[in-house]
Amino acid sequence: MVHQFPALIIAVPLIAALSTPLIGWKSSNRCYYWAVLTLALVTFFAIGLLRSVILHGPISYHQGGWAPPWGIEYYVDYLSAFILPIIAIVSLLVIIYSKHSINKELAGRQMPSYTLMLLMITGLMGIVVTGDLFNVFVFLEIASLSCYGLIASGQGDAPLATFRYIIMGTIGASCYLLGVGYLYMVTGSLNLADVSHLIPPLYHSRVVLSAGVLMLVGISLKMALFPLHSWLPNSYAYAPSSASALIAPLFTKVAAYLMIRVMFSLFQPDFFVKIIPATTVITWLAVTAMMIGSFYAIAQNNLKKMLSYSIVAQIGYIALGIGLANKAGLTGALLHILNEAFTKGCVFLVVGAIIYQTGDCTIDHFKNLFRRMPFTMGAFTIGVFSMIGVPPTCGFFSKLNLLMGCIVDHHWVFVAALLISTILNVIYFFRVIKVASFEKPEADYNRKIPYDQIRMQEVPLSMRIPIILMAAGILLAGIFSGTITNTILIHIIPAGF
Amino acid sequence: MLDLLLSKYNYWLYVILMMIGLYAMLAKRNLVKKLIGMNIFQTAVILFYVSISVKTGHVDVPILPYHHHGHEQAAINVAHYLNPLPHVLMLTAIVVSIATAGVALAVLILIYRKYGTLQEDEILKINKEVGA
Repeated sequence: MVHQFPALIIAVPLIAALSTPLIGWKSSNRCYYWAVLTLALVTFFAIGLLRSVILHGPISYHQGGWAPPWGIEYYVDYLSAFILPIIAIVSLLVIIYSKHSINKELAGRQMPSYTLMLLMITGLMGIVVTGDLFNVFVFLEIASLSCYGLIASGQGDAPLATFRYIIMGTIGASCYLLGVGYLYMVTGSLNLADVSHLIPPLYHSRVVLSAGVLMLVGISLKMALFPLHSWLPNSYAYAPSSASALIAPLFTKVAAYLMIRVMFSLFQPDFFVKIIPATTVITWLAVTAMMIGSFYAIAQNNLKKMLSYSIVAQIGYIALGIGLANKAGLTGALLHILNEAFTKGCVFLVVGAIIYQTGDCTIDHFKNLFRRMPFTMGAFTIGVFSMIGVPPTCGFFSKLNLLMGCIVDHHWVFVAALLISTILNVIYFFRVIKVASFEKPEADYNRKIPYDQIRMQEVPLSMRIPIILMAAGILLAGIFSGTITNTILIHIIPAGF
Repeated sequence: MLDLLLSKYNYWLYVILMMIGLYAMLAKRNLVKKLIGMNIFQTAVILFYVSISVKTGHVDVPILPYHHHGHEQAAINVAHYLNPLPHVLMLTAIVVSIATAGVALAVLILIYRKYGTLQEDEILKINKEVGA
């Protein structure tokens, strides 16, 4: 049964997405339960795949019985099996949460929203599962197109931000496609494993060199690596809250997965380290991203926009780990993908809850929020601690590994940059906590109740539970980070590191 | 030099097309022109793929019978037919590019309803006035 899971994990959400309009024909409330049911199944498949890969090793699925390299192969190895449950669990929690948020922000548009969400999850799953280079492009565009639709349904400047995202995202996808075309010209194959066997003798060919660069640039655009990040902050900030809670933790991280795939599975690590010094460029860009993202985040007064800039900074951490190209660095990057998915999921859900309750997310209006929404803000604090890197959250262990990776290779500038950006994180996040917990609201002389009698106004249970579970996920991922490293991550690190 | 240009003219053409598209996306102020630039950019990649499968000489498409020395036979030798795979891939890529254009046009309608214009500088001016 497990050997059918790689196909089912894509077929089930795809069919569910396409039949959502039928389900929601009579009453759009059914779409919510339909999406939750689908994602529960997807989570089951993802965890089943992870278990099977840990016990029996990688799974190869031949689409339609055609053997690779002619047919399309779905290939689930340790790296894919590590990413799949992250996508599944985070999206399941976000979808469970989304009911009230979507009913309020996208009233009357529930059905298309759930269709797009399920399509996007299909695309992300497909990118991770497939072992075919062209298939990756198709799934990347499925995910991106549904992402554009979700963002465009937002408030304020959302349409303009979406248009910019479409232009940038399409350039990225076209660059990737062109790179794949170059590889196809010299190898005649599109199967990832097959191509990776065929190209090592051609590493010095100009075609392969430009293919590598084009693919990296395309993926960096999708991943919002500095200086190609300019589409991200506005589009994530103006998207509807549940849509941004789904897109923000997952999309850029799946692009980071793709970067790891291309750099260390498709090409030998030596190609990007020695033949083209791409890793040097990536590490310096990553360090700049950490700094610039954090500085911009400090300047924001809108929590959602601040978190969007924080994504740019955190993508810098992941890219730094990838670019270091050593054991500790890559472990740190992979742990940071896990950490970022849960942390950004948690804080974006909290932002959605704050918008649901108060109507906006300007930081100055957060006074007394800890008293009004203790559970939500408690989860937010855990998320913030994880982004800063306080033990025992997962953020501590990923940053520790990144630091170790920098120290092993004597990159002292990067060590300093990591520590400084941590301090910047403290500055911008503690401002939120300070306003929400310590500042007294302005005197309201029309009040009917005494000041110390502020009522608890928590969000509904279906929003609170996913937030708390997401925060628990951050803590669990931190506490079990040693187990995760020893059972899964150790197999992902390519030989020779 | 001329030889290099002529022997690989398909690559030169796709690079020129691609740069036209990139220029339109970067430099044009009108959002529809940016969208057209994006389409030219994608088309350049599609033409590149199609052109790499071209062979000269006695070649055919693999679904048609191949005429060789008077008698018909199916094209089984690789040298006798065009590689169909890039064409098939590009059918998918064309679908993707049309879908992208569709989404982008829908977004442009949203922008036009909101601002009443599709000139980027005017939209930015309106945004600035609202913000101030």
